[in-house]
Amino acid sequence: MKLLTFSGRNAKEILRDPLTAFFGLGFPIVLLLLLSAIQANIPVSLFELKSLAPGMTVFGLSFMTLFSATLIARDRESTFLQRLYTSPLTAADFIFGYALPILPIVLAQCLLCYVTALIMGLPATVNILYAALYILPVALFFIALGLLFGSLFNVKQVGGLCGALLTNLTAWLSGIWFDLELVGGMFKKTAYLLPFVHAVELERAVFAGNAAAILPHLCWVLGYAAAASIAAVLVFRARNCA
Amino acid sequence: MEAIKTVNLTKKYKDLTAVDGLNLTVKQGELFSLLGVNGAGKTTTIKMLSCLIPPTCGDAFLNGKSIVTDTAKVKEIIGISPQETAVAPALSVLENLELMCGIYGLSKEKKKEKIAALSDSLGMTDILARRAGKLSGGWQRRLSIAMALVHEPQILFLDEPTLGLDVLARSDLWEIIRSLKGKITIILTTHYMEEAESLSDRIGIMKAGAFLALGTAEELKEMAGTEKFEDAFVTIVKASGKLSPADGGNL
Repeated sequence: MKLLTFSGRNAKEILRDPLTAFFGLGFPIVLLLLLSAIQANIPVSLFELKSLAPGMTVFGLSFMTLFSATLIARDRESTFLQRLYTSPLTAADFIFGYALPILPIVLAQCLLCYVTALIMGLPATVNILYAALYILPVALFFIALGLLFGSLFNVKQVGGLCGALLTNLTAWLSGIWFDLELVGGMFKKTAYLLPFVHAVELERAVFAGNAAAILPHLCWVLGYAAAASIAAVLVFRARNCA
Repeated sequence: MEAIKTVNLTKKYKDLTAVDGLNLTVKQGELFSLLGVNGAGKTTTIKMLSCLIPPTCGDAFLNGKSIVTDTAKVKEIIGISPQETAVAPALSVLENLELMCGIYGLSKEKKKEKIAALSDSLGMTDILARRAGKLSGGWQRRLSIAMALVHEPQILFLDEPTLGLDVLARSDLWEIIRSLKGKITIILTTHYMEEAESLSDRIGIMKAGAFLALGTAEELKEMAGTEKFEDAFVTIVKASGKLSPADGGNL
């Protein structure tokens, strides 16, 4: 009951911010349309809907980090969290209360991307539903990052880190916009040590029904999601529940 | 009966002693003000009493419950209106109140009844549908106090409740605080002399984490040999003679 009340409040705070609607739901769709238009004129295999749509669902998650981090940082700055710490809410209520409301937004964003792609000609398969399911561990990673950044930084810093740096890192190191083979070398090696490209390739494998390729990428994503979640919980508790 | 009793309550941050062996007793229904210059230890004291930070040593008992060993029970009986704005800005006034009701587990009927009563007594009935973030500073503080009162706390902490408000908004909040006097125990921190003098049953003047003096406004003026309370405060702070902890928080 306490947890549901608190997460309900957090959902309202996020969804009532007009930037959420634009960046969370609208922006990935705009990019999908734009890149598909480029693909129609100058065919690039990377921008085919079967590659682009799964990639865009992952790119959209970088905004989830921004939403959760901004909310937590704002609550800390306004002493709203201080008020709640004197209430019977437990540390678990806080952590789940901030994380849970993001999940429905993640699913809505993911399905909206696929529905747009279907309208644009992506073949309808049951794998879309599996892709929506496999987006959840990826989302966990991005949400945990939000909890971590929101606990460590103020609203302004969160805007720079998540709004600019993380979205760019997700874009460059994920192989959504350009093939990492084109750059190769250290850049490619670094990209494959980070979770972004694995998240995109996981989604592409699920959508393509390529079962053999799922597990290796899933392991990377789960590993990063677990590490980010543990770090987020520890830092959140240390910074906010002292 | 004692609502609050602190026993050598101390908070240290590395080399800095923010609160230094505080011994204080506050009676039930009393409005006790903590007064002091910046860094005197007022907010740190409130943070310890409201279980936001643990004491380095010592303890405090709120209606007999320890802030060190019984924090969950203490949290059930306290309400706090923190310094600055502590409302959910994208939620309406009604939603903010409902949020606090839900967090404290009030039943549907109780929630409705409590919100109606608080809105009425704090004059917020007409603004229930308005977004909290769009309210003026005075209304936000009023909402903040209402949010601290939904679960009928036995002890209320008001940390600089009128800071930055205009004269009218401050006067309105004073009326609200006066209306609560005697019903619940209130601990108030403030920088405003007239606020402390006008509202408090007793006042503790703090400096460097300890009490310099403690008593009613009249007693403090008498002690300093001044007619105005502000002059008494300045005289006492400048003299800086600490009360011994053995005085047990009495003049």
